[in-house]
Amino acid sequence: MAAASDSLLRVVACGSVDDGKSTLIGRLLWDSRCVMEDHALALARASAEHGTREGLTDFALLLDGLLAEREQGITIDAAYRGFETPRRRFILADAPGHLQYTRNMATAASSARLAILLVDARKGLLEQTFRHARILALMGVRRVVVAVNKMDLAGWQEPVFASIATAFGTFAADNGFLEAHCVPVCAPDGDNIVHRSARAPWHAGPTLVEWLETVALDDPSASAFRMPVQWVNRPGEHFRGWSGRIAAGSVRPGDEVVALPGGAHARVASISTFDGDLPVAVAGQSVTLVFSEPLDAGRGDVIAAAAAPPPVAAALEADLLWLGREPLLPGRSVEVRIHACSAGAIVSAIHCRTDLGTGAACEAGRLATNEAGVVELALDRPVAFEPYGDSRPLGGLILVDRATGDTVAAGMVRVALRRAAHVRWQPYAVDRAARERAMGQRARCIWFTGLPGSGKSTIANLLEQALLASGRHTFVLDGDNVRHGLSRDLAFSDADRAENVRRVSEVARLMVDAGLIVLVSFISPFLADRAAARARFEPGDFLEVFVDAPLDECMLRDPKGLYARARRGEITDLTGFGSPYEAPAAPDLHLRTAEETPEASALRVLRAIGSGQRDA
Amino acid sequence: MPHGRSLTDGLLDALLDALDELESEAIEILREVAAACARPVMLYSIGKDSSVLLHLARKAFHPRSIPFPLLHVDTGWKFREMLAFRDRVARELGLELLVHTNEAGRAAGINPFDHPDYTDVMKTQTLRDALDRHGFRAAIGGARRDEEASRSKERIYSVRAPGHRWDPRTQRAEFWNLCNPVLMPGQTLRVFPLSNWTEADVWRYVLREGIEVVPLYFARMRPVVERDGTLIVVDDDRMRLRAGEQPVARKVRFRTLGCYPLTGAVESDAQDLPAVVAEVLAARYSERAGRLIDQDGAGAMERKKRDGYF
Repeated sequence: MAAASDSLLRVVACGSVDDGKSTLIGRLLWDSRCVMEDHALALARASAEHGTREGLTDFALLLDGLLAEREQGITIDAAYRGFETPRRRFILADAPGHLQYTRNMATAASSARLAILLVDARKGLLEQTFRHARILALMGVRRVVVAVNKMDLAGWQEPVFASIATAFGTFAADNGFLEAHCVPVCAPDGDNIVHRSARAPWHAGPTLVEWLETVALDDPSASAFRMPVQWVNRPGEHFRGWSGRIAAGSVRPGDEVVALPGGAHARVASISTFDGDLPVAVAGQSVTLVFSEPLDAGRGDVIAAAAAPPPVAAALEADLLWLGREPLLPGRSVEVRIHACSAGAIVSAIHCRTDLGTGAACEAGRLATNEAGVVELALDRPVAFEPYGDSRPLGGLILVDRATGDTVAAGMVRVALRRAAHVRWQPYAVDRAARERAMGQRARCIWFTGLPGSGKSTIANLLEQALLASGRHTFVLDGDNVRHGLSRDLAFSDADRAENVRRVSEVARLMVDAGLIVLVSFISPFLADRAAARARFEPGDFLEVFVDAPLDECMLRDPKGLYARARRGEITDLTGFGSPYEAPAAPDLHLRTAEETPEASALRVLRAIGSGQRDA
Repeated sequence: MPHGRSLTDGLLDALLDALDELESEAIEILREVAAACARPVMLYSIGKDSSVLLHLARKAFHPRSIPFPLLHVDTGWKFREMLAFRDRVARELGLELLVHTNEAGRAAGINPFDHPDYTDVMKTQTLRDALDRHGFRAAIGGARRDEEASRSKERIYSVRAPGHRWDPRTQRAEFWNLCNPVLMPGQTLRVFPLSNWTEADVWRYVLREGIEVVPLYFARMRPVVERDGTLIVVDDDRMRLRAGEQPVARKVRFRTLGCYPLTGAVESDAQDLPAVVAEVLAARYSERAGRLIDQDGAGAMERKKRDGYF
């Protein structure tokens, strides 16, 4: 039995609304004679009602299926259409070109082996063209036909077409495309889509459809055998089989296989199907394997040729397309789903962002919605996989948000990261990002440092009231208060002050993880201690506020009578009065409380943290 | 210009391979649901697509039995031949078949003649009730993307919001063949293993696999009235005849089966499977052209889907 994958080919069509993509696909279906008469009738009705070509059939309306998009003249989501020619059968995925374009196009491209890329002949190759082509390359689509559309508006001039074809050829060769063919077309009239155009006699190459039905493809059954286990079939004692769809290679009874990540070996006894045992099964087939000896393997394992097993790892480097509404930050806890395997994971690092417009790798601490980048994933268990470039079924993964269940990213595995194999994370279903979402705020620590009497507590108190009034969740850690409990065993020696700062910063960090805006009102006189406190937080989570007032002003205010007691000799190591205060050289915020009211100071802090709102 | 194709253009050999691919894909999806989804059920409507789905489920889990029950929403207005077929198939294959009817609606006399909201009450609402009552979280159905424009945008694994609402704007991105079965409280899943099949694929597969289908798909002499251009087969004496309507025997068959007063037949000579396949391959009209409920204006199916219709 032959591999079925060449007989049902998935094709993705990409281009923007203005390129005339829906029209081209509509025309493609129409000229391939894949439009039924009642649909043709509905098309004629819709053309009269919503059409953009007065008096003529608007082929785009064959594709815009949903009410909302008919009314708004946009295509909302990827649509899948079957069409067939005498040579091949196709499933055409049409991804619309607008807001969610990257997501929709990547979705459609993920299972496509061929792509149609639309270019407006008058505009030539735009940044958008390259962006589309890079998404194709990212998703592993390496054979593309470029439909240079609107050739009628470019006067059917060969040089216009030739310069586009040459430029794209260079780009394609540089970006790993195996095939890139350009065709001059006019979508509304159908030139060179199915039927060869008389208006471009200079074009000798195949038409769009001729290319689709003749282009050579890779044969996945030529690689080493791999089958992810979906389900163990055990109706009783007499039968035990491992069910799955063969991802690569072929298998015969007698073959020696290994089940990964466990590593158990076994020999294939039979390939069991409803229609009887098979002598051989190949990539693309859903089968059930029975082994000569009991095999310790379950759902999520990969059964592979024993002589050429795939890699196994608990840490992966992957290209990632982030789809979540919130930006992706390092440390995000997610669920990973790869072939039939699911695992808890942490996005442990974001190496870079990939600019899809230019192809450049940019330094980035986060990925925004629809941005691509390279990340590290630390899994809570080892999984068997293949690099995406070698196998899409074993190298493509999705990230699932634990709080909403949404699919928030698509990942394409690059390599295993051995060095991180021993690092294990305890992933929690509810992480800081989830708590922040629930509380509707950006958690952080605001650290007020300054002399006794400089106004730290007063400002922190005002700030907390303001935050509370706007619905934020806060907590104040006050230097005096913690000494009644958390630090009751500590005195005021330099060592004890350092330990006090360590404890308080650790508690503040936990509270930030809990999603709170933490206000620390703490003399914290030493630079080194404050630097150590800052180091416990992610960049941007720690805001150092220097509450600055001249010593004589503080002594004048003396709200707690500390300076008076020091003058009387009852306290010997009061900061500023026998014990030094090391002022911050570059605080995040510098409040001069002798020159403004506490309210004005609090307001400045509030502005600095954006009222505690979540980042866009 | 649009027209169908014939058996003679050399397609059949190549397309059998496409059937293998579609079969393996559907089996992969069915196994994924059984292994990863909580509380699955297979919707069984007795039609050809359901018959194919049932056959695929038997294949997916062979040699064990199908690991989830089947659910039929019976509106009370199905063809008698459909019900007889359903009960015999369930008995012969030893299926766990649940039949759910809106008893309140039936008692209230809700019927397709007098009640414009008949389909909503007896079918859509009843389906939602049945899923809720049994606590099913994943419902497998035989819908195909080639049936209707809004269905071409449907996912294979389609998340429904609490209340079974379908919102095309909030569907999860679907990459490769990966299933995301994670559901929040109140959410349910609809799963469509036949998404990429066409009507012709279904018939070719029925022929290749020797799958038994309801005899209504084959042309026979049946009592017919022509109403608003549609051929309605008078299945029992509950049919309300309008003034001047007189059932006449005509040789007809069905391309799609639903409630008999709402399903149009087509004139045909196709009395057996090879003839039906040949007819479908040469078809000039889509199969849902015979479904009255889909013709309530453009977007009719989308509105029904949003309300929780399958």
